[in-house]
Amino acid sequence: MSDTAQTIRPTLNRHVDFARRSLLISIWFAILTFPIMVMRADVAARSIVWRWSNLVWVIAGTFVGSWIWRVALERKKNGGGNPSGPGSRGIAAVRARIAILTRQRHFTLGSFIVLAVVIGIFPFAGGMWQTNVMITALLYVVLGLGLNIIIGLGGMLHIGYIAFYALGAYSYALLNQQFGLNFWMALPVGALIGGVASLLIGIPVLRLRGDYLAIVTLAFAEITRLVLENWADVTGGTAGIRSIPRPTIPGMRMTLPQTTVFIYFTMIALVVFTIFVVRRLENSRIGRQFVAMKEDVIAAQAMGVNVAKTKLTALGLGGVWAGMAGVVFAARTTFINPASFSVWESIIVLCTVVLGGMGSIPGVIVGALVLILVPEYLRAFVQFRMLLFGAILVTMMVFRPGGIIQKRRRAYTISSVEKQQAVTESGDLSIEG
Amino acid sequence: MNYFLNLVIGGLTRGSIYALLALGYTMVYGIIELINFAHGEIYMIGAFTALIVALALSFLGLDGISILVIASLIAMVYSAAYGFTMEKIAYKPVRNSLRLSALISAIGMSLFLQNYVRLAQTSNFVPFPTLIPEMQFLQTLPVRINSAQVVILTTTAIVMVALTFLIKFTRIGKSMRAASQDKTMAMLLGVNVNRVISVTFVIGSATAALGGVLISSFTGQINFYIGFMAGIKAFVAAVLGGIGSIPGAVLGSFVLGLTESLGAGYISSDYEDVFAFAILIIILILKPSGLLGRPENKKV
Amino acid sequence: MKSRNKKLVLAVAVMSVLALMVLLTSAGQGERAATAPIRIGVAGPHSGDLATFGLPTVNASRMVADRINEAGGINGRRIELIVEDELCQPEVAANTAAKLIGDGVTAIIGHICSGATFAVLETYLDSNLVSISPSATNPALTQSGDFPNFFRTIASDDAQARLQVDFVLDTMDARRIVILHDRGDYGRGLAEFARGFVEADGRGQVVLFDGITPGAVDYSAIIARVEAARPDVVMYGGYHPEASRLIGQMRGRGMTVPFISGDGVQDDAFIQTAGAAAEGVFATGPMDTADNPMAQDATSRHRERFGEDPGPFFMNGYAAAVALFAAIEAGGTDYDGIRNALRNNTVETPLGPIRFDERGDAMGVGFAVYQVQNGRYVELR
Repeated sequence: MSDTAQTIRPTLNRHVDFARRSLLISIWFAILTFPIMVMRADVAARSIVWRWSNLVWVIAGTFVGSWIWRVALERKKNGGGNPSGPGSRGIAAVRARIAILTRQRHFTLGSFIVLAVVIGIFPFAGGMWQTNVMITALLYVVLGLGLNIIIGLGGMLHIGYIAFYALGAYSYALLNQQFGLNFWMALPVGALIGGVASLLIGIPVLRLRGDYLAIVTLAFAEITRLVLENWADVTGGTAGIRSIPRPTIPGMRMTLPQTTVFIYFTMIALVVFTIFVVRRLENSRIGRQFVAMKEDVIAAQAMGVNVAKTKLTALGLGGVWAGMAGVVFAARTTFINPASFSVWESIIVLCTVVLGGMGSIPGVIVGALVLILVPEYLRAFVQFRMLLFGAILVTMMVFRPGGIIQKRRRAYTISSVEKQQAVTESGDLSIEG
Repeated sequence: MNYFLNLVIGGLTRGSIYALLALGYTMVYGIIELINFAHGEIYMIGAFTALIVALALSFLGLDGISILVIASLIAMVYSAAYGFTMEKIAYKPVRNSLRLSALISAIGMSLFLQNYVRLAQTSNFVPFPTLIPEMQFLQTLPVRINSAQVVILTTTAIVMVALTFLIKFTRIGKSMRAASQDKTMAMLLGVNVNRVISVTFVIGSATAALGGVLISSFTGQINFYIGFMAGIKAFVAAVLGGIGSIPGAVLGSFVLGLTESLGAGYISSDYEDVFAFAILIIILILKPSGLLGRPENKKV
Repeated sequence: MKSRNKKLVLAVAVMSVLALMVLLTSAGQGERAATAPIRIGVAGPHSGDLATFGLPTVNASRMVADRINEAGGINGRRIELIVEDELCQPEVAANTAAKLIGDGVTAIIGHICSGATFAVLETYLDSNLVSISPSATNPALTQSGDFPNFFRTIASDDAQARLQVDFVLDTMDARRIVILHDRGDYGRGLAEFARGFVEADGRGQVVLFDGITPGAVDYSAIIARVEAARPDVVMYGGYHPEASRLIGQMRGRGMTVPFISGDGVQDDAFIQTAGAAAEGVFATGPMDTADNPMAQDATSRHRERFGEDPGPFFMNGYAAAVALFAAIEAGGTDYDGIRNALRNNTVETPLGPIRFDERGDAMGVGFAVYQVQNGRYVELR
């Protein structure tokens, strides 16, 4: 009896403390949001509208929010450092369970089959909207995986990735318009153009690091967009290019739903191809060079890694995928204009990479799916969805800064004796930016 | 010649507008190396707060100057509070994570604040009152310049000097410089790093709000989205000048403003932004850490 | 090897759950009866920087739909609006279109931007759905003949540009013409057509054709260029926020050159923002809206309900909703019925009595030139 009382008492005290702090926080927010939430400038009538009910909502909302925030932060603190903490025990058990399961080969095989079946029946069971949304999500998966080569593997902060996506899209649209090239011929051309453009832009900025590189790539992307917008004779300007043909199986007439399903499977194939290439890349000589370079440029150079070449390889490869995704994008929407390639799009792709877990393939995939599907399913809250989206980004980063699925380095299993000798060398480090 | 002078004055106006925002950007970056995407939103909130306060004050029958002063002060206090709160919620918890996580958090914050103002206020453009009074003597000058331009230019100069003084000669400034060089070491030497960062956000946000009031008074209208583009431009200006450097931010802003103005005036206004981004790329290729930035030391 | 598999399994699990969620949400549709509500999609940018242009149409559709529902609906069926945000982005619009079709809408009010509209019309056509836009002005939408399911309550860029150019050349007798635009879908289209018409006519000369950057902090550089070009008139394609800043800065520098723009500027918000500088500005816009009792009523009810003046394209959106609901009432909910009713029946709207021609453009939306006189738009006759 006294045993339980002893464990309850501190918990209770903590929550009383939380309540007190949350109350203070809610008062702070009430004052903070007062002019924006409660008062509203009605300029036409030159008067101020008072909305006192909002005040109640702010106080109640922030009180509850702050309480949950505190509990969650505490959870995170306990869970992170101490594996036997109250919050993480359940998760640890599940993890162990999964670990045991994955050791069994037929389980892995089984999960693959389940996934393949789900992917296979999805467009038929889900309907047009779901298929369309999934195509968008898959496009972002490819973009995310491509950008991941540059950021996650190459360690370069690139916020202009969307430029190559734009180049891919425009190369298909223009080649089709001018020379009648079809989708399948345009796909490799778009990939090539994306890759080459990325390389060309990469050469002058190799010296730049970190945030300087970020802003320069952003500048390049904006210049690309502005040129597409202003060079109206060639690109159609802001009015864009319309009636771009959808991809078809040569010699077959397909209805719109059939085409949509076809694009869906094309995207699946492209994603599988991308995963395959990125996987091979990670384990290749270049992949090891990427790791070395990211860890320590100078040490890598000393070990004989040609940093410039390695960086350019990452940029070029990244551009290739953006170019390909761009071609599919143009073919799918049948209409393109420069507005689809704003800074904002680059930021979304960057978010998929970081939110999912930088450098990790499943991470990026899950990140892209979450980031595209969440706003799509938040449609029910039309007015609030971007607000919620912003809040979700912040919350995710606060509680899981490494992303949903964090990259794990390849590690060799060490026996317990060796483990004690090498106790500081953890193979489980997440990567540093 | 008169044409050229007019373009230069236009460029200086732009430059000083960018500078008011870039100063806050660069201060925050100098301390925690974070591209604070939401800085533009703080500027926007400052403008909205000032609009509401100015409207409320106009019922009290105050004259133009006192409305301008009171509205600016309240907007600065409120924006500073927003900046302070934002740092505590979105940046402090991710300070020890990847740099990119902090960046995403900032992007999320920017989205949140934009939509918060859109929902709580309006999605339309609203006219912003001309708070800066006309100055008659300006009309005697040979070049055309209006009072808003003069006020913005002077304010930028004052803020820059004040910030430089603050950072060079005061105790908190010394702590800021210490924290920006090495947070752990500064902490060991008794600098309250958390407080330093908070103060930085408070000052940066107050500057942004001041910018918000003056710029909106100059442009005459605001909506929830004005912060985003202005924020990007200010960021470009700060990087151009060497991010982390106060005089660099101002210099970068003027270079950017003049490039845009002269490019638009002599070549094409269509490509105005292209000139801005092109000058950024050129300068960074020639001088990878910006005009007045410290070259980064390679650590072995 | 192990940790790799673990990740894979985790990924598989997450994806399966997501897929399952998707499948579950899509289940449970398909009730359709004589009493079931008529679903109408309202699509446009409702968040992001272009929300300003999309939300007024949502308000307008809500107001019209509520009024009809209060009166018992259309033939006993209520109207249910399905409001979907597409940010004016073609790819999001494509998803939105698929969503609306999946929701079983009867017709769509929208889309707002021409680009997004191009991206969805074929999809709607494939499902036999009518789309009526309050604001997509690209001429090809109707003139190409590709989209028999498309209607609009706004004049196409070329019609409006024609009127402006005629006014500039004939009435104002201007010869040196400056044309500016905001580089957007709508503004640039208008400006390009104006340039084409001026050049084809031969009497006038375009002395400067350039775009401004919306949201830029200062327009003094472009204004200096305009001044140096010594124009007789400045034509502007774009919306009122930039227009009011342009005119404010121009008048502030003592330039008295006449300024003419389109329906993006023919908005009371322009006069409110630009203040005294707005005086004397010309703008083309739909005829008679100022004195139209239905428009006045809509404005006052909007003020009552939302606490502010209606935003851009509100009247066009209102007219689109009124016309569409009237067509459904007269022609039923099937594709051909709605189309025939839209083409054959004349409906009273805030823009005047309208019906649609074979290509989908509204007939009866007369366009007129307005001028700001004593702080309000006055129609010139």
